[in-house]
Order: sequence, then structure tokens, then C-alpha cells
Amino acid sequence: MPLSKNSPIYTVIVATLLCIVCSTLVSSVAVALKETQEKNKALDKKKNILICAGLIEKGADEAIITEAFSKIEQIMIDMSTGEQVDMDPQSYDSRKAVKDPETRVEIPQEYKYSGIRARSKYAVVYLVKEAGNVKLIILPVFGQGLWSTLYGFLALENDTKTVTGFAYYEHGETPGLGGEVDNPKWKKQWIGKEVYNSDWESSIAVVKGNVDPENEMAKHQVDGLAGATITSNGVSNSMKYWLSDHGYGPFLAKIRNKGTR
Amino acid sequence: MSKTKDVLFDPVFNKNPIALQVLGICSALAVTTKLQTSLTMCIAVIFVVAFSNASVSLIRKHIPTSIRIIVQMTVIASLVIIADQFLKAYFFDISKELSVFVGLIITNCIVMGRAEAYAMQNGVYMSFLDGIGNGLGYSLILLMVGFFRELFGAGKLFGVTVLHSVNDGGWYVTNGLMLLPPSAFFLIGLFIWALRSWKKDQIEPEG
Repeated sequence: MPLSKNSPIYTVIVATLLCIVCSTLVSSVAVALKETQEKNKALDKKKNILICAGLIEKGADEAIITEAFSKIEQIMIDMSTGEQVDMDPQSYDSRKAVKDPETRVEIPQEYKYSGIRARSKYAVVYLVKEAGNVKLIILPVFGQGLWSTLYGFLALENDTKTVTGFAYYEHGETPGLGGEVDNPKWKKQWIGKEVYNSDWESSIAVVKGNVDPENEMAKHQVDGLAGATITSNGVSNSMKYWLSDHGYGPFLAKIRNKGTR
Repeated sequence: MSKTKDVLFDPVFNKNPIALQVLGICSALAVTTKLQTSLTMCIAVIFVVAFSNASVSLIRKHIPTSIRIIVQMTVIASLVIIADQFLKAYFFDISKELSVFVGLIITNCIVMGRAEAYAMQNGVYMSFLDGIGNGLGYSLILLMVGFFRELFGAGKLFGVTVLHSVNDGGWYVTNGLMLLPPSAFFLIGLFIWALRSWKKDQIEPEG
């Protein structure tokens, strides 16, 4: 007697077969495409660094990216001392490190204005060198906007204060308002700004409205984003933090002093 | 022949899943700020609906009634994961923008609705066409909404500047509302209005 379509045994058999077929399909696709996906991810990261630093244009293809990235040296630093540490930057994921209690560093009260709660103990920084001398310093940064955490890179000249490029590569801010952090015109303003004043205090700020060019602080200021006060403040405050003594301050000081020592 | 045509093109205007049945609205709001993402989403949805319809139809005589919905869900979920994996491998930038919304095709009422309402009763080929038809109906709305949102919200079409926006030094003041999800509600509402003025039999009886 054939099994009835609605008998419990038949139901279990159908469910089992379906599961086997579906899981085989899904896992074989996942395995087959894994390599391409990983390659994309790695390439995407390189691309973000290069675009933020202003070294390539947005539509650059793989060959250009690989070529441009080959000139960049990655080093791991201990943020509190600014010393280089002997760790493999390839396998280090700073976002995971922030969550790991071993490598998590809570932000002290005096820096709470930044909106950042914690950072990782170590950071991967990228250096572009020319004839053995550091020419460009690319620092990963993040900050809190209205809805999301903004992740980006800040590129500085070897005087450690002149910005050569700044951009976020990932955020979830409102398109057209806070999302204007992606606006090429806004990002262009950062180039040439100085992040430190003459006393080496972090002094970069995103101001409300437009920067008055007559103002003596103008070289430390960037126009605010219209309709996006919270995003603008988040950018401003987090940048101030990253350049402070608790952020990349010690590392940048080391680079500055190399020539004089 | 005319039946095949009906199955394929009825869902585009006469029985549009979004405009008439008001299904699948959530993703229509989320991914339509740009035409490029809308188009990718459309292709992914057409693929998923067509193949889920075909597969469900293929095994429809063996599906026990008690676990019918779960079987459909499993088929749909597998197809969605496959679509998502493909996007991640070959259209990485777009898949990053679509983020969770590809995965959320699973919960798109159109897919499940067609599997349950059509594929469970009809043959494989017809179900496949019905899937494509409904996918096209969904795409039509998505592309229209995407067209207006990108044009008025950013002054661009497929990322190419059409109206030179003030932010880039041009003359066009972009409409910020268009980039926010509620604008899709207005556009879909206007579209339903237009469609029902044209095809009066779609107007639901009042009362």
C-alpha cells in the first residue's frame, strides 16, 4: 500500500529529503563562491583606504588598486604609546578587537564628548614612504553619527597636521542630510586643513554653517552639513578625539620627532 | 498561447502585486533611492519568485498539507541565499548597498503569496511564467519609484547627473524627502491612483 501523502512518516521523509537537497545546494554555492567573495572583501578594504587617502578615483579597477596599494606599508601600533608592535596587521580586525575584552580600551570620562565608547588597544596604520621617509600617514577613524557609526580614514602629510584626504567608507546616515559626508565637495574641503594648532592640540572642527575665511581659525575648520547637526558634531568630536593624546597623538608625535632626534 | 501571455503579463498591469494586492511594500520603500539598487533588487526578486514557483510546483503533489508553508519557506530561503551569495561574489558594491534587503526577499509577501496561491495548483512551466510575471510587476513599480526618487532626490539617473544639483555647484535644489522612505509611499500611492483611473475595475467597492 502506498503511503498516504499526509501520513506522518511521509511528512518526515519529504521534510528530510527537502532539507538535504536545499542544504546541499546552498552549501555548494557558498563554497564555490567563497574565494571570489573573500577577494572582493579584501579588495574593497584596500580600495576604501586608497579612496579616502585620495590616492585613487572611485571607479578604479583591480589592477590600479593593487598597484597603488603595493606602495603602502601597514604597521601595527599600540595606541597608548605610539610604538610599533610586532603583530600581523593582515589578520587583525580592529572592529572585533573593540568587542574583545582583552583588547578593548574604554574611553576615559574626559574624552566622552567624542561620542565614542571604546577603541581597540592596537591599530593598523598605513604609511606611504618615499626613499625611506614617511610621506603620508593614513589612520583609520570612526565616530558616532545620528543613526550609525561612521568608519573612515584620515590621511595626513608627514608634518602630521596637514590633511591630504579624509572620507568615510561606511555609514548609515540619512541620505541627503548626514549622508552628505559622502559629498565629494564636502570631502574636498578637508584637504589642506590643519588638524593641530601651534601647541599641538587637536583643533580640527566641523562648524555650524559655513567657515568664515577671514577667521584665523579657518584653517582648522570645515563647513557643517546643512540639516545634519548631529552627524556634523559626531564627525567633529570624534576627529578631535582621534588626534588627542588618547587617540593617535602619541604615534603622530613619534613620527614628528623622528627628524629632530 | 493567450493563456501563457496572460499569466506572464497580467501581473504587470491587471493584477500588479504591489499596486493591486499591495504586497511587498517594505522592500519597495527601502531599496529605491537609486535606480541601480532597484534594478538589482528586481532581478534578484524575479529570479527568486520564478524559481521558487517552479520548484514548489514541481513537488506540489508530494508536499504534505501539514508542512506546506514550511516547505515553501525552505525552498524560498535557499534560493534567496543563493541569490545573495551570487551578488556578494559578482556585484560586491551593489550587494553592500542592498545589505539585508536581499536576505529579506524571504519575507517578501509576493514570493510566498505566489507559491501558495498559484504554484501549488499549477504546472511547472506556467508557475515559472507566473513567477516571472509577478517579478516583472514588482519590478515595474520599483523602477518607477527608483526613477523618480533618484531623479528628484539626487538629480541623477543610474548615477549619471541629469539635473545638476546645488551641492555640486549646479542649479537644482535636491528634494531631501525623496531620499527618505516615506516618499516611496507617496509615489506608490500616486501610481495606484493613476493605474486605477486607467483600469476602473481595480477600484475596490466602498463600504
